[in-house]
Amino acid sequence: MPHDVSNRAKSATPDGLNVAVLVSIGRHPLTARTRRADQDARAVEMALTLEGASVSLLHAGQHEREHEEALRGYLGMGIDSVNLIQQRPQADVVPALADALREGAPQLVLTGTRAETHEASGVLPYLLAEALGWPIITGLAAVEKVEQGMATVLQALPRGKRRRLRIRLPAIATVDTSAPAARQSAFGPAKRGALEPLDATSEVDEALAAWQVQPARKRPKRLKIVKSSSARDRFKAAAAKADGGGGQTLSDVTPEQGAEAIFKLLKEEGVLR
Amino acid sequence: MLDTLLPILLFSALALAAIGAVRRVRLWRQGRPSSVPVIKGLMQVPRRYLVDLHHVVERDKYISHTHVATAGGFVLAALLAIVVHGLGLDSAILAWVLLAATTSMFIGSLLVAKRRSPPPSRLSKGPWMRLPKSLMAFSIGMFVVTLPTAGILPEGVFQSGVGWFAALVLAAVIVWGLGEMFFGMTWGGPMKHAFAGALHLAFHRRPERFSDATGGEHRSTGLKALKLDDESAKLGVEKPADFTWNQLLGFDACVQCGRCEAMCPAFAAGQPLNPKKLIQDMVVGMAGGSDAHYAGSPYPGKPVGEHKGDPHGPIVAREGTTLVDAETLWSCTTCRACVEECPMMIEHVDAIVDMRRFLTLEHGNTPNKGAEVLDNLIATDNPGGFDPDSRLHWAADLNLPLMSDKKEAEVLLWLGDGVFDMRNQRTLRAFISVLRAAQVDFAVLGTEERDSGDVARRLGDEATFQSLARRNIQTLSRYRFSRIVTCDPHSFHVLKNEYGELGTPQTPADYHVQHHSTYINELVVAGRLTFKAWKGGSVTYHDPCYLGRYNGEYEAPRDVLRALGIEVKEMARSGYRSRCCGGGGGAPITDIPGKQRIPDMRMEDVRETGADLVAVGCPQCTAMLEGVVEPRAAIKDIAELVADALIIETAAEKSPQRQEAPATPRPALEVTP
Repeated sequence: MPHDVSNRAKSATPDGLNVAVLVSIGRHPLTARTRRADQDARAVEMALTLEGASVSLLHAGQHEREHEEALRGYLGMGIDSVNLIQQRPQADVVPALADALREGAPQLVLTGTRAETHEASGVLPYLLAEALGWPIITGLAAVEKVEQGMATVLQALPRGKRRRLRIRLPAIATVDTSAPAARQSAFGPAKRGALEPLDATSEVDEALAAWQVQPARKRPKRLKIVKSSSARDRFKAAAAKADGGGGQTLSDVTPEQGAEAIFKLLKEEGVLR
Repeated sequence: MLDTLLPILLFSALALAAIGAVRRVRLWRQGRPSSVPVIKGLMQVPRRYLVDLHHVVERDKYISHTHVATAGGFVLAALLAIVVHGLGLDSAILAWVLLAATTSMFIGSLLVAKRRSPPPSRLSKGPWMRLPKSLMAFSIGMFVVTLPTAGILPEGVFQSGVGWFAALVLAAVIVWGLGEMFFGMTWGGPMKHAFAGALHLAFHRRPERFSDATGGEHRSTGLKALKLDDESAKLGVEKPADFTWNQLLGFDACVQCGRCEAMCPAFAAGQPLNPKKLIQDMVVGMAGGSDAHYAGSPYPGKPVGEHKGDPHGPIVAREGTTLVDAETLWSCTTCRACVEECPMMIEHVDAIVDMRRFLTLEHGNTPNKGAEVLDNLIATDNPGGFDPDSRLHWAADLNLPLMSDKKEAEVLLWLGDGVFDMRNQRTLRAFISVLRAAQVDFAVLGTEERDSGDVARRLGDEATFQSLARRNIQTLSRYRFSRIVTCDPHSFHVLKNEYGELGTPQTPADYHVQHHSTYINELVVAGRLTFKAWKGGSVTYHDPCYLGRYNGEYEAPRDVLRALGIEVKEMARSGYRSRCCGGGGGAPITDIPGKQRIPDMRMEDVRETGADLVAVGCPQCTAMLEGVVEPRAAIKDIAELVADALIIETAAEKSPQRQEAPATPRPALEVTP
């Protein structure tokens, strides 16, 4: 049930936790109709299930009819308003978002891992974290506890693994499909909710302007040959760990040592030349 | 003594009844406004009661005779008692008529008592068990007290010795009778059904349901549109006071006969719904209080006494319990069996959809797969979330004529969402071969077609329904066709009965829509189809709710089967009493658990007939019934049966516009090295 209210993270400072969720315009994969973006909606869902948290939604973009419909999708989840930082179509939204977050001073910023439209590079959370100097967690699966400026969270790893992390707030966390599904968006609240436009300077993204954008070419798909004969085999194949074989785990090393190891690997694999 | 006491008793009972009536009316008026023709409605009551209501009551001959004797006797007796005993008109003739009326009422009350010993489970107990005795008290009391006036007993018999004592007893009996019949009628006793029922007939929200002297079909089954453009208005029904006042009045008219309960497929399957209890819960909510006094069958698995509500409190709580649990509302398959069966003409399905609208549009709380299906409908115009451009993939080899090419056709074939379902594709293929055999000029909308909006609307998502409907109406307005034919009774119902309200002067949405069984029957009657003799086993027919009860089409499918040479072995529940397959109203999507599955019960009905095959006319019914485990009867759509029996004329005669096939077959030869 989408509106399950059990399983809520307890916050030690009930009305203290201030959560901002960055939401974008989604796009349906089949029909390309605008909608609330799936991962961003999951981020909103996670924010709404944090007990006692005050949730504010932030979108940087244009105030257009089509965009408005998508943003109302988030309002329909039971949110009163979305703050709309008005930006020109070619703008780099990172500075504007960073300014707004600095001003709003939320303890936790949630957002989807990557957008469904435009660049969709998934880099925005990192750029924001860099600009604000805050830590970032990817693949947030659950917020377990918020206490005295520290959050205990579960991070989703591949194949259903979870890692418990403690993180000092304020922080940015991205949410992917391992987070709980978003609740239904109801028509009534969506219609009545408000979009509050905020004026902000919009800086043109010089790099983006220089790019050439074209529709992605359809790539041939490798046929998946199922060799296994039984359901048990198929399950084992699906649940097995990647058989990389090589690789090494580094622990208790200095950042320099770690970076060096990564640099060496990238060279070996031919990613860097 | 009685001569002075009787008028006092009579008029004080009447005065109390009047006070009660005012209070009751004020309870109803808590509802939203709804304009009705007051005088005209009141004038219609006798006809609506004697013709339409009696038509329903008469399905049970025993109770219809009982009711005529009791109610007829009571109305006459009450009027005469006021004249004879209240106003003291000393007329022997009137007294004799009064004696006859009370006798009739007494016989009626004996029959009522007999039916209640012991009461069948569908009847409510509690105060209703007292009713036959109260009826007897009124009739006996009035009978005896009238004897002196009629001249059978000497005047003054109650004024001496033993007479005094008899008079006291008699007065007590009359007080009891008057208390139940006059006072109880407006203060919430069992007789409330007479008072509320008469006004309910007068101010019914679907006056189209009632016949008039001109005859013709009188049916009103389409849901009423919700106004979505008012920014601040609450959508749907949250609290009892959000119903319109005449809906509240309708709930109050319930006589708790439990006919709805006996017919409800969800109740029989052990899902937490009982239409009678639901209506009583609405009455509890309207008056405020708890359901502890309810004396009928509860919702399966939900004990009575745990729910309470008030007119301005929520019906369904976001958390915890109030008046009704959400799963009760989501158990309904909207099969309309309760409405069809209700002698008080209460509109259960309207009320359920009104409350679902609030849950979906305001709470955003459609259970189980509901939210996903609605999201799919919004994003892809079909409930399965398939690519809308793949709508015609199943018919790649059929070369279907498209409306976008032809612009006009005699028949617009509405394919429905069954195009994505491999089972239903067989039905569609069969029907298309029938159309081609009859050389019908038809065309399909292809990828321009969208879901009709049926599921969205029954799940309470009026916004998505209206969006789909408006876009479909726009599409349809671009083409010329003389009728729409569809294999899906749900699309059929929505296109026929629910699109009209959303049409505009530029794009009217009043279509001539036919179910494929009706159309095939027309083709058969016109002699455009010829059939082989039927060689299969015995066949029964399952009436789809949305074709039968919703649209009154019971005969055409049977006529087609007869034309095929099939003699239909009817199930015990067929025609207007057909049991739902469990597939309507989004019930397979919300999937509320019960003790057994509705389609299993329906296949059990089929098994009882011993039929080898059940003919159906609806993709939902096909899917639900085929989901029942073997061994069971085979399931075939009427179109498939017709297509199998077709005698198709030679290719040259059949399609002059098509290229003739080469005369000699050219088999592929295996090349051997």
